[in-house]
Amino acid sequence: MIPFLLYAGIFIGAFYIVRFIHHRTAIQDYTSLKTVTFGDESAVRSNRTASIISIVTIFFMWGTFTGSVLLPSFLHMPGPYVGDGQFEITVQAPDGTTDDATVFWRVSDTEDGVAPDAPEGDGAALNDSVLIRKYRSGQLRWDKNDATSRKDGALIVAINGQPVKFDHNRRDANDNIIDTKPEVQVENGTVTFTDKGALSISPSKGMQMEPIWLPPPEAVWYRFIEIASDGYQGSTLLEHLGYSLFRVIVGFFFGALVGIPLGYAMGLSDWFRGWFDPIVEFMRPVPPLALIPLVIIWAGIGEVGKIILLFLAALWIMAIAARSGVSGVSISKVHAAYSLGANKPQIMRHVIIPNSLPEIFTGARVAMGVCWGTVVAAELVAASQGTGMMIMVASKFQLTDIVIMGIILIGIIGFGIDMLMRWAERVLVPWKGKG
Amino acid sequence: MTGLSIENLSMRFDLPDGGHVQALKDVSLHLKEGELLSVLGPSGCGKTTLLNIVAGFLAPTEGQIVMNGHTVQGPDAERGMVFQQGALFEWMSVRENVGFGPSMKGMPKLDKAEIVDHLLDIVGLQDFKEKAVYELSGGMQQRVSLARCLANDPDVILMDEPLGALDALTREKMQSLVLKLWKETGKTIILITHSVEEALLLGERLIVMAPRPGRIHKEYQLPFADMGVGQDLRDVKKHPEFAERREEILGMIWDMEEEIMGRTEAAQ
Repeated sequence: MIPFLLYAGIFIGAFYIVRFIHHRTAIQDYTSLKTVTFGDESAVRSNRTASIISIVTIFFMWGTFTGSVLLPSFLHMPGPYVGDGQFEITVQAPDGTTDDATVFWRVSDTEDGVAPDAPEGDGAALNDSVLIRKYRSGQLRWDKNDATSRKDGALIVAINGQPVKFDHNRRDANDNIIDTKPEVQVENGTVTFTDKGALSISPSKGMQMEPIWLPPPEAVWYRFIEIASDGYQGSTLLEHLGYSLFRVIVGFFFGALVGIPLGYAMGLSDWFRGWFDPIVEFMRPVPPLALIPLVIIWAGIGEVGKIILLFLAALWIMAIAARSGVSGVSISKVHAAYSLGANKPQIMRHVIIPNSLPEIFTGARVAMGVCWGTVVAAELVAASQGTGMMIMVASKFQLTDIVIMGIILIGIIGFGIDMLMRWAERVLVPWKGKG
Repeated sequence: MTGLSIENLSMRFDLPDGGHVQALKDVSLHLKEGELLSVLGPSGCGKTTLLNIVAGFLAPTEGQIVMNGHTVQGPDAERGMVFQQGALFEWMSVRENVGFGPSMKGMPKLDKAEIVDHLLDIVGLQDFKEKAVYELSGGMQQRVSLARCLANDPDVILMDEPLGALDALTREKMQSLVLKLWKETGKTIILITHSVEEALLLGERLIVMAPRPGRIHKEYQLPFADMGVGQDLRDVKKHPEFAERREEILGMIWDMEEEIMGRTEAAQ
């Protein structure tokens, strides 16, 4: 809830600040003079400043909730408590007499801390000391050095002078504890009881994420450098990415190689259209991921299986794109070509193919996107190399930094593929949408 | 026999609901070589069907088209066509569009370039030779269409409302261009139009068609096309006979439209 509110606050705050600054420095171009902007799609241009602030905000949020070294520490959310603390417990012996003792506790940042030195104290209950790891809670058998123990019927009746009533020996017929566990706030932490009557001390955890859930940005970056040079699970990072890309390209290539001629045939012949329409229209909405089990049964988990899967993912998309590219040719263009003396092969070569290219490129962009998503999913299921396999294995060892790094790389590559396809489209089919 | 003969043409096709449409009934017409015929009529009178049959895109149910002594079986380079819009190949430059017909015939590059240059000069697009067609205005695109059709040197040019989508001013300029090209090349032209003025200005001969079934209603021989060559078309329009003919034909088409409306209302 707090991260969301913070994010919303930055969103709204940045809006007003940028608008305030923008009003002073605005250039008056044509669009800025439009009075009707609500509903005029052409008047809504993506705000560059907003995009930049948005990206910075994501990293800021990431850093502030992970205590990243990239941010000065005053911008960090409160972290987990590290240091010493103490509180008083009042122990009641079975004979009804009470005695006070002090519990000293220390939260250590590293593996090798030592419990704080505690003066022994006096009376029936002696002082105790306990070492707790950061983000963990510690249990304390408070009676281990006392005259009377829990077994004898000794009880804690107050913490820091605040009366508590908890006797783990009072059980009902089903052996459930009758008393509700009290939770006592002490400085920098909370104290409660375990089922066996020991003390459970939870130092305050602050608002930062533990690295095993969300590592800070620099940890992901260092992990990226490490894996880029040393590799992970027997392959370098480039090999993992290369395997995924190779599968996508080969699968897409064969999908297009079969799909485009199939689409043309469906667009040009009623028999082909009638024959393949049910198959294509049925297979098109089947998510390629649903085919993974069958492909594994038939072709195993090796390269062949993956390439067959990606081939199937690309095939229907390319066939439909080519089909609609052919159907989309305006009849007057075909008539014009015929009356200019073109024969069928010439019409195919000079009219139908160029006319269908924009549709095919759109299809190819979609197919590449689907293939990229499918290859990662297929590698998640089973693979010995590949980006998806890398993050899947990492997640089993709770190496969250590798998982996040993998996700970011998958995103960057997917985006890169799309940019590349758009660029190719602009260069190769400049007439798209101009007919 | 030279020229183009339309002989007892009928076109009747079935509808999916069991009814049928008599798009044309017993249409006969002979065009001499070099004649400019404009065809006028209310919508649904079968003028586009007629043109598509002459072009060879549709087969008539009865009758035939005879051209230079042989029966028309399908589209052919001897009958060029100019469409209303959107028939240019936008993946080709202006030059490639105009040179399309010669390329299909396998004409040598130099001969083709000469034809293309010559025609681009005539239609005034020499400076736009390497431009993509989608960069041109509507009027320029139609000039490319005309040049593309002429580059193939057809015997007959069929025009299906070629100026229909242009603005009034561009349209007037294009009408002069069509007349100029007609005189210079001596081609036989069939022009379909919705505009009575255009039909009068450009038609050496004019037929008015009537709907249901599509048939020739009335035929005129007109002097205005010859007048219009080398003269401002606006002066032609001031001619008293022009106004008289225009009113007469407008009235005729008006009546036909009224009749269609009446019939539809009666059916309801």
